[in-house]
Amino acid sequence: MADSAVDYPLDGPRGPKPRKMLSRRNIILYGTLFVIAVYYLIPLYVMLVTSVKGMPEIRLGNIFSLPLEITYEPWVKAWSQACTGLNCDGLSRGFWNSVKITIPSVVVSIAIASVNGYALANWRFKGSNVFFTILIFGAFIPYQIMIYPLVIMLREMGLYTKLSGLVIIHSIFGMPILTLLFRNYFTTIPEELFKAARVDGAGFWGIYFRVMMPMSLPIFVVAIILQVTGIWNDFLFGVIYTKPENYPMTVQLNNIVNSVQGVKEYNVNMAATLLTGLVPLAIYFISGKLFVRGIAAGAVKG
Amino acid sequence: MIAMDSVVVKNLDLNFGSVEVLKNLNLVVKNGEFIVLLGSSGCGKSTLLNCIAGLLDVSEGQIFINGKNVTWYEPAQRGIGMVFQSYALYPQMSVEGNLSFGLKNAGLPKEEIKKRVAHAAQVLQIEPLLKRKPAALSGGQRQRVAIGRALVRDVEVFLFDEPLSNLDAKLRTELRVEIKRLHQKLDNTMIYVTHDQIEAMTLADRIAIMKEGVIQQLDTPKTIYNYPVNKYVAGFIGSPSMNFLRGTIVARDKLCFEFENLEIDLGRYNFQKNLETDKSAWFGIRPENIVVEGEAKTMPESFDIEIEVVEPMGADTLAWSQVGGQEFHFIVDGNSALAPGDRISVGFDPAQASIFDLDNEQRL
Repeated sequence: MADSAVDYPLDGPRGPKPRKMLSRRNIILYGTLFVIAVYYLIPLYVMLVTSVKGMPEIRLGNIFSLPLEITYEPWVKAWSQACTGLNCDGLSRGFWNSVKITIPSVVVSIAIASVNGYALANWRFKGSNVFFTILIFGAFIPYQIMIYPLVIMLREMGLYTKLSGLVIIHSIFGMPILTLLFRNYFTTIPEELFKAARVDGAGFWGIYFRVMMPMSLPIFVVAIILQVTGIWNDFLFGVIYTKPENYPMTVQLNNIVNSVQGVKEYNVNMAATLLTGLVPLAIYFISGKLFVRGIAAGAVKG
Repeated sequence: MIAMDSVVVKNLDLNFGSVEVLKNLNLVVKNGEFIVLLGSSGCGKSTLLNCIAGLLDVSEGQIFINGKNVTWYEPAQRGIGMVFQSYALYPQMSVEGNLSFGLKNAGLPKEEIKKRVAHAAQVLQIEPLLKRKPAALSGGQRQRVAIGRALVRDVEVFLFDEPLSNLDAKLRTELRVEIKRLHQKLDNTMIYVTHDQIEAMTLADRIAIMKEGVIQQLDTPKTIYNYPVNKYVAGFIGSPSMNFLRGTIVARDKLCFEFENLEIDLGRYNFQKNLETDKSAWFGIRPENIVVEGEAKTMPESFDIEIEVVEPMGADTLAWSQVGGQEFHFIVDGNSALAPGDRISVGFDPAQASIFDLDNEQRL
């Protein structure tokens, strides 16, 4: 028996345990991940490749082969010349319609829902629990039940087929889930901070704008991503509550791709689809990290 | 209303639903006094502080601050500053922003804000930190900023909600002294909530010991330590805690406390009231009032016991033993070579004891 640790022999295992890069475990793990990633990306690859091929090349039927000759003609056509019904000005109109729908809807719904969530989390007013329960219940009612009554309501308000009508619809339907999201996030902010702000003389709006909002960037990013992708990708409300000139991009895309007259221009269809998907894709790439952080902070706890 | 009183709580009730947290509570805090609300968790001490601050609506009763009935006032209008356990600094603002937030809300002119922030920073020695964000500060620095936030408001009453509980032991001692120094310098009224009896004893002019929403005893630390009004207070204050021996008070030729086959002469004990005889009671004596060996013989009461467990604590050693089948512990010198199994004589003066009724646990 040695008296101190120094007397123990130095041979044998020492320091961190060595790890083999090419262990069987790693090969199986990364191999599986690679296969799944490829499996997921193949459709995207096919779309990209097809969208830059000419029609003669597509007719050869080799959908996986790289293009022999790259042409951007289909993209130009999809953006500015493709026909839907009588209009032949491409997807650009739908794009701008979608922008005009998405931006106000996102701003309005998040502005209202964040204040809702803040009030529910911090100001426990009388009946707040009942209000919250009703709001959450709203999230579970199937859309189909509300479609027709909303048509009537919009018609009576004179907003049916107008873009502003659709903005209202999107704002309302975003409310339950966004309020829940914000409420859960605000309840994770220590109550003492709220109390300190009250002692410091800040009121309802003062605390919201000066204390709560600056601390809530992650959850605002999550809400923006959810709303932008949700509203941008919406098809049902767009087709029901607007008319052809006001169709959002998704509805227009469907009309281009599903047109039964003439030749099926696969390259134009692919380009149009990619164009439509570009906005949500860009949002995810830009804010991926914040998104994960916000989800972890807001949705899981609380 | 007497001008001397800074904070008055009158007939205060607070219920959360059907749970009564505070029951008909009365408290008068004099101007410039340092009051500590002490109690274990869930005794309602923080709730009382929140009521005084105006962060909770009271169910019944009134609160006066500086002679004004502030029961329905917003926290900011009450003339209070509050320091929280978790510091509660606004994370997105610099230290300067944190200090000036309340003043900006009050609409003070810019020069005045600057002057007050500079003064508070100087008093608390946080001048080099003014531009930093709270995340870049240590725990002690954060708590100093939190105190500064109350200080700049230039208020009459400071409320502390367990301000030192999140700090490590060394820092806690340092800041404790600093808070005491601050009180001596400012002469404000301070109400301080804690569960730490050392903090309470060292800081307070008067301590209010709370249990289940009721103030058990409100008095100077010395009185509470020497003359606890009931068994709860006696057991709560003092570390290691008081010995309690269960027995009967009997009147022979003189008044005696009898348990098992032992007898303690109560001739020197100062009873609060007249007793009926053969009364069941607790005899309480503090471990630090017990002396051993040679000294024990000089005491009015002494007997021999056998040591069971010895706990060295550095300066002192705590020894555990039994008297008449009941647990009995006392403090001996840290250098003593006491070992389990040793027989030793112990003694004490019954005048230093506290005797409580067995049924209602009130002091006799």
